[in-house]
Amino acid sequence: MNITSFLQNRQLTVALTGDIDHHRAKEIIRVVEDKIDQYLPLVCILDFSEVTFMDSSGIAVVICALRKERELDGRLLLANLPPQPLRVLKAAGIEKIAEIREESRL
Amino acid sequence: MRKKTNYINQMTVEFPSNSANEGFARAVIACFCAQMDPTLDELGDIKTAVSEAVTNCIVHAYPNEIGSIVMKAGIIEGNVLEIVIRDKGCGILDIQKAREPMYTTGGPERSGMGITIMESFMTEFRIRSIYGKGTTVYMKRKLTKRGSHT
Repeated sequence: MNITSFLQNRQLTVALTGDIDHHRAKEIIRVVEDKIDQYLPLVCILDFSEVTFMDSSGIAVVICALRKERELDGRLLLANLPPQPLRVLKAAGIEKIAEIREESRL
Repeated sequence: MRKKTNYINQMTVEFPSNSANEGFARAVIACFCAQMDPTLDELGDIKTAVSEAVTNCIVHAYPNEIGSIVMKAGIIEGNVLEIVIRDKGCGILDIQKAREPMYTTGGPERSGMGITIMESFMTEFRIRSIYGKGTTVYMKRKLTKRGSHT
């Protein structure tokens, strides 16, 4: 799976794309965890701007990334969330455990 | 006695429990409810609920086999969409437990939030399961009426 990422000053941005559902979740989790293990970022940003749909499988992706960052004493930021994925994350109360960065999309 | 429902339109699809069909089921329900002129938010909620229900069939009803999933949808008077998703899988032993947020018998790639999301995104949600026989999920969602074209 082609998931692009960008590393600068131990800040890793991972660009998630397409539909995040159970069909793709395992692979997405593996790729995100591998990237965190490889680069050991202090801040990991999951960029949702190209995400077209997300169900509760996306919550598991966020929780797995959060667990990895906590092991590193790092932070996890969720950025550029379109309304539908944001609604799913809020239904699960994710904003209480992960930082959601609200910013205008480019 | 249950009152007979008058449907304005109906559809039924049946597909095997391959995970690739999660996206198919979402696309089908999105096409079907297009005639109700849903808002983007409503469409998102409906697709999410269907995705959760179909995923549960794939992950839990048929854990070690490919089985059949039947999805029915109907439009009822008052701009209400009804969705029924049925499997003939293993059934749920303890529905109360299954409904608890964060509870899952799945692996770390499952969040245990599927039923909670279906309940909060739909106006009506019921689940009926017979252990060893299968599970049926009934959902309804009332949509806002937009414009005057009907």
